[in-house]
Amino acid sequence: MPPDLLALDPLTLAAIAAMAASTYATRVFGYWLVRRRPVSGRLAGALQAVPGAILTAIVAPMALATGPAESGAALVTLLLALRLPLIVAVAGGCLAVVGLRWLIG
Amino acid sequence: MTSNPSPAGPDFAAGALAILPVLVAVVVYGLLFGTLAAQKGLSPLEVALMSATVFAGASQFVAVEIWTAPPGVLLLGVTALMVNLRHVLMGAALAPFVRGWSRRQLYGGLFFMADENWAFALQRAARTELSPAYYLGLSLPLYGGWIATTTAGAILGSALQDLEGYGLDFAFTAVFLTLLVGLWRGKRSLVPWLASAAAAVAAYSFLPGVWYILLGGLAGTLVGALLGPPELPERVREADNAA
Repeated sequence: MPPDLLALDPLTLAAIAAMAASTYATRVFGYWLVRRRPVSGRLAGALQAVPGAILTAIVAPMALATGPAESGAALVTLLLALRLPLIVAVAGGCLAVVGLRWLIG
Repeated sequence: MTSNPSPAGPDFAAGALAILPVLVAVVVYGLLFGTLAAQKGLSPLEVALMSATVFAGASQFVAVEIWTAPPGVLLLGVTALMVNLRHVLMGAALAPFVRGWSRRQLYGGLFFMADENWAFALQRAARTELSPAYYLGLSLPLYGGWIATTTAGAILGSALQDLEGYGLDFAFTAVFLTLLVGLWRGKRSLVPWLASAAAAVAAYSFLPGVWYILLGGLAGTLVGALLGPPELPERVREADNAA
């Protein structure tokens, strides 16, 4: 049994609190916005684009600029995720990166 | 407190039944998240606390990906805010259907709003009244399942070693790619995502730290703004106009 099962670091707690507060703010803010008027136009387009843009930014260096093994595994993951359950896609991507790194070196 | 009090028990059960298939995905993501969080040094208690207070999968994965020791509190808060900005649109779409709810039901209910129960709630609202009990039936199994599986993952994950050998250093990228497939909206997504990827790779090459996430996200968001408003489901627009 690891001894630190219940470890609680003050800075970690502060980080979690910051995440919780900002996340709850996003959950109530949309309701507040439309109490006055519907969200439309460029603001709606921007809001819809944010999550995909952030996730793309996170994966881009690993998927496009790390090496051929990582790029190949990213492609494998995407293709699997189009048709199969996500666990298969994630596992397939991880296996692909191990295999491709071994093949390519 | 609702104008038309429907029997709470059956409504809760109907909601819980509807969300059941989604729980399979929650188990998978939850165990994986807990494992990866443990690798970054978070204890099972810290993982449980994060899941119980943040309760937003994508942002939790992102947080653990950029987690440092000691953690950057401001950076993590701002990043969670950005990853979760889609909640603003989701809450706006949900607003017309929760007008009869009490303040407590409303602000309590919004705390649980996630992609899955939100989608099911709008589906319900398209057919009949969306009661707080049905919404809670959708939400509580997701909430309990997320806390339980992420904590279990953290306990298992702290026992595992050398995860690179299993390609688990690639797991974040794989998870985010599967999330992206779920967010794909055709041409509407392609242009912002290309802009984001280009800006992120450029920033990653020339700037230190995780600036590439912010700059890539900003580039994609600006392009999204230039494209104008997204299409909302028919029924949501009608309710908006009626309100």
